[in-house]
Amino acid sequence: MEVILSLAIGILCGSGVWLLLRPRTYQVIVGLCLLSYAVNLFIFSMGRLSPGAAPIMPRDGMIDPAQYADPLPQALVLTAIVISFATTALFLVVLTAARGMSGTDHVDGEEPRE
Amino acid sequence: MSTLPNHLIMAPILLPFLTGAIMLLYDDRQRQAKIGLGIVSVILQIAVAVELVSVAKEGLPVVYRLGDWLAPFGITLVLDRLSAMMLLLSSVLGLASLVYAAAAWHRQGQNYHSLFQFLLMGLHGAFLTGDLFNLFVFFEVLLAASYGLLLHGSGQTRVKAGLHYIAVNLTASLFFLIGASLVYGVTGTLNMADIARVAAVLPGGDRPLFYAAIAFLSLAFLVKAGSWPLCFWLPAAYMAGAAPVGAMFSIMTKVGVYVILRLAMLVIGAGGDAEEGIAAEIIMACGFVTIAFGMAGVLASQLLARMASFLVLVSSGTVLTVIGFALEVESAAMLTGALYYLAISTLALAALFLLSEPMNRDDGGFAAMLALTAETYGFEEEETREVSPARAMRGATTLLALSFLISLLVLAGMPPFAGFIGKVTMLGAAFEVEGFSPPVIWCFVGLLILSGFAAMIGLGRIGIQTFWGTDDPPQQVPVLEVAPILFLIFMLILLSIGAEPVVRYMAETVTVLELPDYYIDATLPTNDLDEPNVEAPQAPPSPLMKRGAP
Repeated sequence: MEVILSLAIGILCGSGVWLLLRPRTYQVIVGLCLLSYAVNLFIFSMGRLSPGAAPIMPRDGMIDPAQYADPLPQALVLTAIVISFATTALFLVVLTAARGMSGTDHVDGEEPRE
Repeated sequence: MSTLPNHLIMAPILLPFLTGAIMLLYDDRQRQAKIGLGIVSVILQIAVAVELVSVAKEGLPVVYRLGDWLAPFGITLVLDRLSAMMLLLSSVLGLASLVYAAAAWHRQGQNYHSLFQFLLMGLHGAFLTGDLFNLFVFFEVLLAASYGLLLHGSGQTRVKAGLHYIAVNLTASLFFLIGASLVYGVTGTLNMADIARVAAVLPGGDRPLFYAAIAFLSLAFLVKAGSWPLCFWLPAAYMAGAAPVGAMFSIMTKVGVYVILRLAMLVIGAGGDAEEGIAAEIIMACGFVTIAFGMAGVLASQLLARMASFLVLVSSGTVLTVIGFALEVESAAMLTGALYYLAISTLALAALFLLSEPMNRDDGGFAAMLALTAETYGFEEEETREVSPARAMRGATTLLALSFLISLLVLAGMPPFAGFIGKVTMLGAAFEVEGFSPPVIWCFVGLLILSGFAAMIGLGRIGIQTFWGTDDPPQQVPVLEVAPILFLIFMLILLSIGAEPVVRYMAETVTVLELPDYYIDATLPTNDLDEPNVEAPQAPPSPLMKRGAP
């Protein structure tokens, strides 16, 4: 499972970085999305991987904490997802405005000279 | 410890939050009500900040536990001298910027006042929080507000600069997340004091991972601080923003510097081995190159706003360099000078950003060059706004010229103003520092003096062109635009005259910063709880704990 998760993070991160460095705004935003997925998975994995373990303990008191998943990274991932969702939406608006104003989807607002 | 109602520490975050939220309920046409509410809120924030400074001055860091959860588990707000000072600085800037915006800018788009309050909330939260992930959240609050403010007024220049600004900062935020989660993975905590405690006793195998985490975090903060080579987005973004927005942005690089200082002193300073030296050298090298880059930019700029953006780089580069020095050796006096310089340069830069608009509105001989520059950089000209004679101020040009002169003297570090005091403190201390080869010291001294010289040449040139190089009758400037500039200049003069208590305050700040045990002991509960972290053994009890409050 570790290998699969690391590969997933690596592939997402690699494609994200590649797209982020592309000259078109749409590629940049997709790159940012992929990168934020990679980061979210990474945060999640920082709580150690424990298959089949719940993050919340039952009501009647302490049981062995080792049998439960770390709830904190899951909470962090939730926060990070919400924030990156909001900022991506905002970026999308700016991207559309830039496209409308400059007439091109190049990140510099003008087509590169040949 | 004090008579302060403890909940007052929340006020700098709650006040702007509530004000901004209430403003959202009203239509944007009720600008008069909004500006009134906003100014009342900012004045209250200044009052709170003054009170908090006087509390912080008394002694140990004051900790506010949100929901009364104990420190490593709950989120804490920590008020010490450094954060109180930054709170005061940002709320003073907020007042100046808000009054300036009331002259005209807040009419140019939607929800200016709410965004402005949220920016203040993010800034204050970032200064107060004692929790790494909470810091991320407040960073996002202030960044989201700053995206909106940067785009305020629209126009192709702003949207283009905004696109780059948002893309760079979103990427930096992802780095922040990677760093924060790695720190959690290694130390099992996100509380900054607890991280420092655990980091000091981290087993050898975990150390490389921890340093990698700190490197990721530093990358994110260096982007915010505008350190070379992560600063190329900054001048375009800062000069594209409206004048009052630029003034507020002049403290945003200082947030990055603040966090680097705070974390470096807590975490890296606590490590105390070879890696500490590497971190110090990297920060110092970044600072050196940033000063040089900013200096070259200042000399090359034709527009005041662009020059001010490069001066922002010089200012944050200077403070970064000194942080590097302070990490490597004990150089409390240098850091004292740097903190004083940070405060005054931020105020002077904000004044310059505010001045950039009334000074450029003139269509004298300067306009031709302005058009040339605009063509070179692909900027379109702002449409000039007519100022009705009723709101205009007589003799405004004289006051503006004087204000410009004082900001120039402060940024160039010339006597008799505060810039001189700050630079002399840093330079004087630089020669007394032991443990550095003379070339490094001379490099610092040379760059500091040269950057002041560059500021004088660059700003002097623009001042001559604007105030002396035209035969036109004096332009009309509304009172609301002159008053905040005068307010900032008044603060600068106050800081020059009252330099002694301020420098003493900074010196106490540095003393506490260099002893992170104060911060750690104040935050974490002193009685031994169940060990929350299985991976790291309990830190040895600190010697400072016994000494207690002064």
